[in-house]
Amino acid sequence: MGQEIAAGVTPESSLIIDAAFWIIALSAIGSSIAVVQTRDLFRAALFLAAAFLSIAGLFVMLRAEFLAVVQVLIYVGAISVLIIFAVLTTRDVEHGNPSNMLRIPAAILALLFLVVASLTVLNTDWNLLSESEAVTTAYASLEEAETADRVANPIPRIAELLLRDYVLVFEVASVLLLATVVGALALVRRGSE
Amino acid sequence: MSLENVLLVGAVIFAIGLYGALSKRSAITVLMSLELMFNAVNITAVALSRYVVPAGLASDPGMAADEIARLLLTGQIFAIFIITVAAAEVALGVAIVIAVYRSRQTAFVTDANQMRH
Repeated sequence: MGQEIAAGVTPESSLIIDAAFWIIALSAIGSSIAVVQTRDLFRAALFLAAAFLSIAGLFVMLRAEFLAVVQVLIYVGAISVLIIFAVLTTRDVEHGNPSNMLRIPAAILALLFLVVASLTVLNTDWNLLSESEAVTTAYASLEEAETADRVANPIPRIAELLLRDYVLVFEVASVLLLATVVGALALVRRGSE
Repeated sequence: MSLENVLLVGAVIFAIGLYGALSKRSAITVLMSLELMFNAVNITAVALSRYVVPAGLASDPGMAADEIARLLLTGQIFAIFIITVAAAEVALGVAIVIAVYRSRQTAFVTDANQMRH
């Protein structure tokens, strides 16, 4: 990762990287639009899986490979399947996927959010890593001190962070998951009685 | 591919999710739109931690190299916890949708406007 970020310190203007980024970005945005606009709920769920996959590709391009794998495993593997099950259980073919009466206000609100967010992004003076001396020298010294293998692999660092710096959050997350399992079982079981 | 482009993609996906969550009648579409918004936030967090100098480093430039390397992964840690919470949320959401569907044969949020069983 040291090399990678050190390489990322120089601006990437490769045409291939740009083309790959825009293809992935457009497929993510297109699938997202299809999720909210498709009339058939089952197809919307499939488009959701496509959007998740595109976003995993975006993570790879951002050099977050571990996160990309987690995204495919949890979102594409588990959450999409769960949502498809829900669609099949509660299918209302004749109703499709209608809007409620707040359609126009919701569209205006979303557009307003988009304008504000875009203006914020474009007008902020970002303190970029590629312009930071400290990061460049730090990575040079890291590469000297450690073997290339250890530096190129961020997963041991993620594990260190999860199990040392953020261990309390990690434990709270496991309690949350346990509570969710119990809650989901209780909800569904009560309905069947 | 620059920071601004990635952040704009995140903003567009969040806006689509916001529109879907507020304007659709089907509870499952609302859940799917929520997931889209979670993903947009993840993209933003990872992009910021990939491109922007963290505040701790900006105030203390003489930080150890290993410390810097871990500081730069903060966005990914955030995204991992967001994914955990999103998985829990969608599991409970689907359970609630199925429970509501069983008791009143509808999956529309506009029809389920009473907490009463």
